[in-house]
Amino acid sequence: MSDMPRIARGAGPASTPGAPRLRLFSTHHRVLGIEYLLLSLLAVALGTLLSLVMRIRLVAPDWHWPLVGVLPPESYLALVTMHGTLMIFFVLTIAPLSGFANLVLPEQIGARHMAFPRLNAASFWLTLLSLVVLLAAFVVRGGAPISGWTSYPPLSALAGAGPGQALGMDLWLVSLGIFCIASWLGAVNLLVTILYERCPGMRLMRMPLTVWAWLVASVLVLISFSVLLAALLMLLCDRHAGTSFFLPAGEVLNGVALARSGDGSPLLWLHLFWFFGHPEVYIAILPGMGLTSSLLANFTRRPILGYPLMVATTLAIGALGLVVWGHHMFVSGINPYAGTAFALTTMAIAVPSAAKVLSWLGTLLGRQRRAPLRLTTPMLFALGFVSLFITGGLTGPILAQPALDSYLHNTFFVVAHFHLIMGMAGAFSIFAGVYYWFPLMSGRLLSERLGRWHFLLTFVGAYATFFPMHFAGLAGEPRHYAQLTGTTSSLAGLLPLQRGITWAAMVLATAQLLFLANLVVSLRRGRLAPANPWQATTLEWAPLTWQLLPTAERHVYRGPYEYGPAKGYCRMEPAQADFKMQCDEPAEPE
Amino acid sequence: MPATFTPRPQADIERKDPGFGGKPPLDKRPTGGGGEGDSGDDGLHRRGPRELLDRYRLGLFFMLAGDLMFFIALVSAFFVRQSAGHFDPRENYVTDWQPLRVPPILWVNTAILLLSSVTIETARRQLFHEMDVIEEWLGMGRPAAKRALPWLLATLALGSLFLAGQCVAWKQLQAERLYFATNPNSYFFYIITGSHALHLAIGLVALLAALVGLYRLRRVQLRQILVDCTAWYWHTMGVLWLFLFALLVGFQ
Amino acid sequence: MPASLRTGWLPPDGSLHGPQLDRLLESNLAVLLALLLLAQLLLLYGVLRSRRGVDAAHPAVEARTSAWRTETLPLLLCCLLFAAMAISSQRLWAALRYQGPAPGAMQVEAVGVQFQWYFRYPGPDGRFGFVRPALVNAAAGNPLGLDPNDRRSGDDIVSSVLVLPAGREVDLRLRAHDVIHGFFIPGMRLKQNAVPGLLLHVHFTPVVGGTYPILCTQVCGSGHARMQAVLHVVPPGEFATWLAGRERALTPAAEEGARQ
Repeated sequence: MSDMPRIARGAGPASTPGAPRLRLFSTHHRVLGIEYLLLSLLAVALGTLLSLVMRIRLVAPDWHWPLVGVLPPESYLALVTMHGTLMIFFVLTIAPLSGFANLVLPEQIGARHMAFPRLNAASFWLTLLSLVVLLAAFVVRGGAPISGWTSYPPLSALAGAGPGQALGMDLWLVSLGIFCIASWLGAVNLLVTILYERCPGMRLMRMPLTVWAWLVASVLVLISFSVLLAALLMLLCDRHAGTSFFLPAGEVLNGVALARSGDGSPLLWLHLFWFFGHPEVYIAILPGMGLTSSLLANFTRRPILGYPLMVATTLAIGALGLVVWGHHMFVSGINPYAGTAFALTTMAIAVPSAAKVLSWLGTLLGRQRRAPLRLTTPMLFALGFVSLFITGGLTGPILAQPALDSYLHNTFFVVAHFHLIMGMAGAFSIFAGVYYWFPLMSGRLLSERLGRWHFLLTFVGAYATFFPMHFAGLAGEPRHYAQLTGTTSSLAGLLPLQRGITWAAMVLATAQLLFLANLVVSLRRGRLAPANPWQATTLEWAPLTWQLLPTAERHVYRGPYEYGPAKGYCRMEPAQADFKMQCDEPAEPE
Repeated sequence: MPATFTPRPQADIERKDPGFGGKPPLDKRPTGGGGEGDSGDDGLHRRGPRELLDRYRLGLFFMLAGDLMFFIALVSAFFVRQSAGHFDPRENYVTDWQPLRVPPILWVNTAILLLSSVTIETARRQLFHEMDVIEEWLGMGRPAAKRALPWLLATLALGSLFLAGQCVAWKQLQAERLYFATNPNSYFFYIITGSHALHLAIGLVALLAALVGLYRLRRVQLRQILVDCTAWYWHTMGVLWLFLFALLVGFQ
Repeated sequence: MPASLRTGWLPPDGSLHGPQLDRLLESNLAVLLALLLLAQLLLLYGVLRSRRGVDAAHPAVEARTSAWRTETLPLLLCCLLFAAMAISSQRLWAALRYQGPAPGAMQVEAVGVQFQWYFRYPGPDGRFGFVRPALVNAAAGNPLGLDPNDRRSGDDIVSSVLVLPAGREVDLRLRAHDVIHGFFIPGMRLKQNAVPGLLLHVHFTPVVGGTYPILCTQVCGSGHARMQAVLHVVPPGEFATWLAGRERALTPAAEEGARQ
């Protein structure tokens, strides 16, 4: 029993039985999970810095930067592109899906390891390669591409359309191509792991909601990233092989008519891209939803309200997410009847999302009042996720209406919407996950005191930064503007508002230093985590002693969220028995 | 501490099921695997001899499903591009889509590919002949491998022949001055046949790996998996080719 | 609140359909803001109440939370709300986009070029002339590539400001030369992308005179932020004068073109 806690903690790869050593080129899922999270940390740090430079450029276009002087507008657009690409692909896709799933998925379903560990490792190294290729765009001639993360052709198809659209754009396309393949491999591994590696008793309807979310997100990855890959291939052909998949007839660039022009359609790219792009949003947010459900159940000590409903809504969001891409294209020149159809599917997807929010609120407000709410840092971030998801989500039905979108499209209203619901809610779920699972990575707990401050500043900063953007959007300020004053000065009145947003963004970014400090300090001197620090029911917290015997198997006897006092189970000891892990054997029949 | 050390499954583990539904489970079979992945150490607690095989098949299936979406994207682009056109300065509707006559050699190639599907299926079945498998498992030589070998070699030859035939088709088109960027039909012809050829080249690599694996891999099961997955991949590429070929021939 | 919203944030509204769109937007914002407050307050209430924790007096309150009250009913209400929103806004969308302009609508063309908007009026013949990409030459005064051999293009007026008469419906055709641009007149509550290779039509009726900025809302290159133009909505009489002036300025050139 002496070294039991160390092993039982499952703490860190070093102490996990089954010899997952901390090697760089490990195929052990937990090592890969940590590597994915570190990659995301790098990307998010970079993306945040880029966004700060953007914010300052927007409100002070003439400011002389040290070393580089005044930033030209194309630098602003390059920053926008890289910020978006880094955040969406390397943070919001990587951290919640690849990072967290690698960290805990096998344990959560009682498996020893992933189905295809080497495939999994290959996926990580390809992702890293993709990041390197993307960042290389900064240093090549012309710099990073300026066409935004959506890269609409012909701007992205013609090297002469702007600085950064030559080699920078090529690198961007290649980077995303590699990312597609990497995500593909990762998704195949996750799917087979979830479907085939579950331990006895872990029926589908006993899987934690995080696992359901990873399942659906992986299916979405398979479907959507393949389409993106095809689109990237065609765009590369348009750029270098002289084809015209996306290049229209009569193209005149810089006053010169293009010799080569077929009847390609830029709208084709929009369709293919958004067929990928919208599921991508759900790939980013579904794992966060699953994690939030788990955390709310854990820290309210109540079962999640309506587990089957949560599973059904996860599936519904995944399915509907594939048929709503047109709502990004209401004013792009598609048939107005198609606009109506996409508006209706988009409204439909608001229903399962609302059901999820209701379930979270219901869990929180449930009448079962036995234990006080545990306002730990992961719980705070989970609550923050719910709050931001509500705030960001409620503008969704507005943007889903083509008539209103024809005013709000591509304004700061949209920026506010997706930064709240995807960016900030996604970030909060990542923070919640890191605070929650940090013991599994390091054997130690993150500091609660620093964590609370981090939460408070981040929460206030997120609202202060992104909520006012709604007003800029209502006033008609388009996104991607490098400055507020153009040939007309209609937007100059928004300068004070945008200045305020910039200050708030700085506070928001500075608050993240607390998180970094917390990571560094707690890694060395954090409180040692007990075996199951959060008294959780899911299996990643169960002792891993079973893995010591090669023939032993985990067994699961119950659903994932059995919190609170249950009939016939140790009613006398409420302090210890207000939860049952999934692997706890059932009590003797009465 | 709750007991989690359960080396043997218990018969009545689910007698009292307090899961969310409150209803007793109907299916008493345990789900999932819980064994090793492709690291391969033992097979003691495997629930069926084909469990690992099924897992690899499922992985392959998911990968091919993703791949299929790639081709669906290309094909939908084909149809979109086909219907594209514009008004010229005289306000006549013009389109740059000029139907392309598919080189006749593609018919031969298609027949070759179909034949190769037959040969690889024969090879695959050799690996699952019960008597041979038992002999192999007992370490009495490799009769299954020996019987599968000629069929795999035949598939390899036919596959290479198909790829060579595709190259001939491209050469023939180029002789007609139809290059990749000549007109939309040629883009699609080259990009579709090219992507498919790339997939088939990957299939050839897998075939070579299977040939090597038949003699190098020590576990019968892994040899079966290698040949089986290669065969399913090959079949999928064959069926996919039929669709792509029909598209290129019939929907110009 | 709606009134303050309008004066506070939305730019002044000068189009016929604008007030309807504003009302729709404001009612949506009001409903969703109320929902937002309700949900956030519930969240806050849940946190504060549950913090108090153990209710020792009622240890047996394990009552199953009523799924009807907490889930089904609110969800149904949400469904109804979303359906109502979808339907009410589709009516406006249909009025704006399903139907084409009235037959007598004024024809104007807007062309997006990196990083400028050009506007073309068809002139007295009421028809737009041919354009040829190869003839585009902004320095030589032919930014749109008007074909001088075409009879109909001789009287086409190309302008860098958009001048429209108040009260008359406009049938705007949108084109782009190089990349996708977004044509956005906040004051007209009008937005439509101009896509190269496509000829897209939108129609609207300016009713309130004044000057309105025209912005580009689709990132189009380094000059995206300064790709702005101006719309002047003027009384019909003034518009006729302006147009006549532009036509007179054009005549010598047109005659020259005809002579050649």
